[in-house]
Amino acid sequence: MDDLLNEFLTETFESIEVVDLELVELEKDPNNKSVLDNIFRLVHTIKGTCGFLGLPRLEAVAHSGENVLGKFRDGEMKVTPEAVTLILTALDRIKEILVGLEQNQQEPSGDDSEIINQLNAMAEGNLYLVETPKVIEEAPIMVSDVRPSVPGEVTLDELEAAFLAAPGPDDEDPVEEAVNVSVQETVKAAEVKKEEVVKANGSSKEGSIANQSIRVTVDVLDNLMNMVSELVLTRNQLMQISRRTGESEFAIPLQRLSQCTTELQEGVMKTRMQPIGNAWSKLPRIIRDLQMELGKKIDLQMLGADTELDRQVLELIKDPLTHMIRNSADHGIEKIEDRIAAGKKETGTIRLNAFHEGGQIIIEISDDGAGLSVEKLKAKALSNGLATEEELAEMSDQQIQRFIFHAGFSTAAKVTSVSGRGVGMDVVRSNIEKIGGAIELKSTEGKGTTFLIKIPLTLAIVSALIVESGTERFAIPQISVLELVRASGDSNHKIEYINSTPVLRLRDRLLPLLHLNKILGFEEGDNMDADSLREDFIIITQVGDFTFGIVVDRVFDTEEIVVKPVAPILRDLNVFSGNTILGDGTVIMILDPNGIASEANEAMSELSDQRAEEEDDVSRATFEDKEAILLFRAGGDTKRAVPLSLVSRLEEIDVSKIEISEGNKMVQYRGKLMPLVLINDKYDIKSEGRQPMLVFTNDDKAMGIIVDEISDIKEDSIKVELSSKAIGQLGTAIIDGVATEVIDIAYYFEKTFNDWQMGMDAIPVELKSKRKNILIVDDSTFFLNLLKPLLTASGYNVTIASTAVEALKLREKGLDFDLIISDIDMPEMNGFEFAEEVRENGIWRETPLVALSANSSQARFDKGREVGFDNYVEKLDRDTLLKAIEEQINNHETAA
Amino acid sequence: MEKLNKNDFVTIWLDGQMCGIPVLEVHDVLSRQTITKVPKSPVAVAGVLNLRGQIVTAIDLRKRLKLKDRDEGMEEMNIVVEYQKEPYSLIIDSVGDVLSLSEEAFERNPVTLDPHWQSVSNGIFRLENELLVILDIEKLLTLDESKVAA
Repeated sequence: MDDLLNEFLTETFESIEVVDLELVELEKDPNNKSVLDNIFRLVHTIKGTCGFLGLPRLEAVAHSGENVLGKFRDGEMKVTPEAVTLILTALDRIKEILVGLEQNQQEPSGDDSEIINQLNAMAEGNLYLVETPKVIEEAPIMVSDVRPSVPGEVTLDELEAAFLAAPGPDDEDPVEEAVNVSVQETVKAAEVKKEEVVKANGSSKEGSIANQSIRVTVDVLDNLMNMVSELVLTRNQLMQISRRTGESEFAIPLQRLSQCTTELQEGVMKTRMQPIGNAWSKLPRIIRDLQMELGKKIDLQMLGADTELDRQVLELIKDPLTHMIRNSADHGIEKIEDRIAAGKKETGTIRLNAFHEGGQIIIEISDDGAGLSVEKLKAKALSNGLATEEELAEMSDQQIQRFIFHAGFSTAAKVTSVSGRGVGMDVVRSNIEKIGGAIELKSTEGKGTTFLIKIPLTLAIVSALIVESGTERFAIPQISVLELVRASGDSNHKIEYINSTPVLRLRDRLLPLLHLNKILGFEEGDNMDADSLREDFIIITQVGDFTFGIVVDRVFDTEEIVVKPVAPILRDLNVFSGNTILGDGTVIMILDPNGIASEANEAMSELSDQRAEEEDDVSRATFEDKEAILLFRAGGDTKRAVPLSLVSRLEEIDVSKIEISEGNKMVQYRGKLMPLVLINDKYDIKSEGRQPMLVFTNDDKAMGIIVDEISDIKEDSIKVELSSKAIGQLGTAIIDGVATEVIDIAYYFEKTFNDWQMGMDAIPVELKSKRKNILIVDDSTFFLNLLKPLLTASGYNVTIASTAVEALKLREKGLDFDLIISDIDMPEMNGFEFAEEVRENGIWRETPLVALSANSSQARFDKGREVGFDNYVEKLDRDTLLKAIEEQINNHETAA
Repeated sequence: MEKLNKNDFVTIWLDGQMCGIPVLEVHDVLSRQTITKVPKSPVAVAGVLNLRGQIVTAIDLRKRLKLKDRDEGMEEMNIVVEYQKEPYSLIIDSVGDVLSLSEEAFERNPVTLDPHWQSVSNGIFRLENELLVILDIEKLLTLDESKVAA
């Protein structure tokens, strides 16, 4: 009995949902006979089964509902919104009773006479409004053309005959009984034509089919699915072996096994897949009710309802979806007056669209309503303390709109019974993220809002292309591969470069290319250059509107794979959508084109960040930024360098012209005597021929440095990695990839003229770098990007550190600065702690420190002073900041 | 330390140090397995492997504990454990006996212990000749480095 009851409950819940849906449909199209028949049949089945199971309350309510429906069906009564509302109320009552039944295994006690009376009254042509059940006594509105509810023209004999002629249900008696009841009820209800009896009979038969189906827990299906996955993998393995060994007696049975496996796999998959429409079935009813309640006109469009989704995923997105639709109806679509005022159609549209894309399921929910008001969101974010005004000012509209995903954030000015309680979008987002999905939103104020939900296929067998990158193999879902292009020097396609950015010309389109090796962080050799022998395989894929190519080293076969989610520990890697076991038993990662695209974007921005950082380092080094560097050899093979800007001329002199005076070599150069210098004693001037020489001048003094060979001029930065204690040398730098000694021209001038105090100061200054070095510590990349150009433009060399810890690492490296600017509110170590640390230890103890914060209250100001900040400046107060920097540096220099 | 009331431990070796893993947490002990590397994964993640049709994430405990890498050709073993219903394989040098230890021999970690070890160890057992560092699976599998600061 219990099993039977459970069966009944699940079945009835389902039926009621369908009725809900169909009633709304009927209301729109009252003449749709098939819909009406369907509703009638379903309610009828419910009633019939109730009677059989001995559930009098349910039976009574369903019966009365059926009476009204019967009138509709026979055309005795018009389908009016009032009547539909009444029937829906009755359905709700049935649901209530069912819930009680589910909990206690028996019908809850309660009185349904009111609703039954209303229904009966309506069936008899006396219409009562649902909202005014108390005023039943008032004069009922008479509906014209009322016919007494009597058995129709069909005689009972005829009916009996029809019933016997119809193929009876072939299973247990109970159902038979139910059918009997139902037929009799049908007869009672109204005139019934012969075919309809058969139909009713058929419907009961449908019920019996439902009885034949069994309900299985998802666990069982999961298990089955896993086993099938294993089977598929083993099959693949066998197939691979068979392919290797060639013809064998196993080939044919294997073929059969393979086929069976495929069918089994499809079958099991089917048990888990359900059309997304199942999750939508409640929505029309919800929208209908909302229209009534809110006084709006809303047209709900549902596209792609047959897009199939894994059952589990479906269950999980049901509620978020419902919530979002409610939101769209309540907040999104404006009231009729407002819509007219805004020049829009009276009826608002909410559009639901589901489709597959790139191995994901995309659900789009868009409305043509009011859109999100950025101003309102700002105000709300501010009052909720989610962001400060400064932060808001820095945000894009899109970022601000994303605030609706924050907990406790509701823009509805007033809380309605529908939504606006501020528990909503954050829950929606977390639910979607829980299943590995993502939610995006686009909104234009006044035009409407579109939400985009992306749900990955976490459990599915998909066909995938196996590719190789580096030495590893990867799978890429076939569904996301648009096409495959082989590019080599001699084929039609080849990879071209725009400033070292690879692109592919494909049928009049230029596609950006991403090297998988690079994305995955594999070391790659010089394979970037368009070697004509080189072959590249390019997988053309599409993410949203972005079509691009992924360059891989090799392409293997396609294979059926079972997508398994990666371990939580690896879930942060967005380039992979899962992993799988191949036919040969190896585990392989499944690439996610979406992740690759976003990774590429990140990589690009990171790369530019990195470049920026490198440049910072350079600019804080002894010399200026990138510059022309003269490379030469003088004594030994050691490469030596000097900034070309310091060199006045490169000359070759005839060694015979060299004269010696007071033990010093010199040469007559442009009418003057110019001393000649050897930078060390490891080499000497040639005895004959011509000798290369670098000429340096300062004021009216000139000096020639004799070298063995002038090697090259390179555009690079001189970043002294190792400072040198050797005289005449600034240190060693990597120039053009080679360790190079950078010579100190100032030293040779001094040595040669012994009077650098008088004449040389121009050069040492130039070498020392005129610019002051400033370190900025701030966790906000945005702010760093803002401040850096400002300070650079004001003549400072700027180094940035995004955390205090990072800054301290620079200190450990021994980098010294003229000034440090630090944010206060930072993760890990805040500015106060940072200042204390700086003042306590290390080489920055004396370095001026300026605090920079959005919050410059007196208390914080004092705290800043206390921990060692020399000044405290409010963020975004540029002038004050620049002034403070100048002041601090000057103070420091005069003090020192 | 209620976690340790079942004081049976599988002993493992890591760069000459004996460590213990609660025996109840060990599902499998395997010899060297073919491991697929996972690009961009945290350093301690050696890759993924196929254990009887199940995909197992392998964590190299030497890397996890910031020990020096195994020499080429050196023996390695896998200990399969489960954490939050996901299987993980801990790659270690070798496996020793299962020891039943009494609570009395248990000590807290010395405060001077390397922070990396502190962060994954629940304490230490004094054995006759050696010290047994008890490793905590949960802590081992919580990779703080998994998120690289931007």
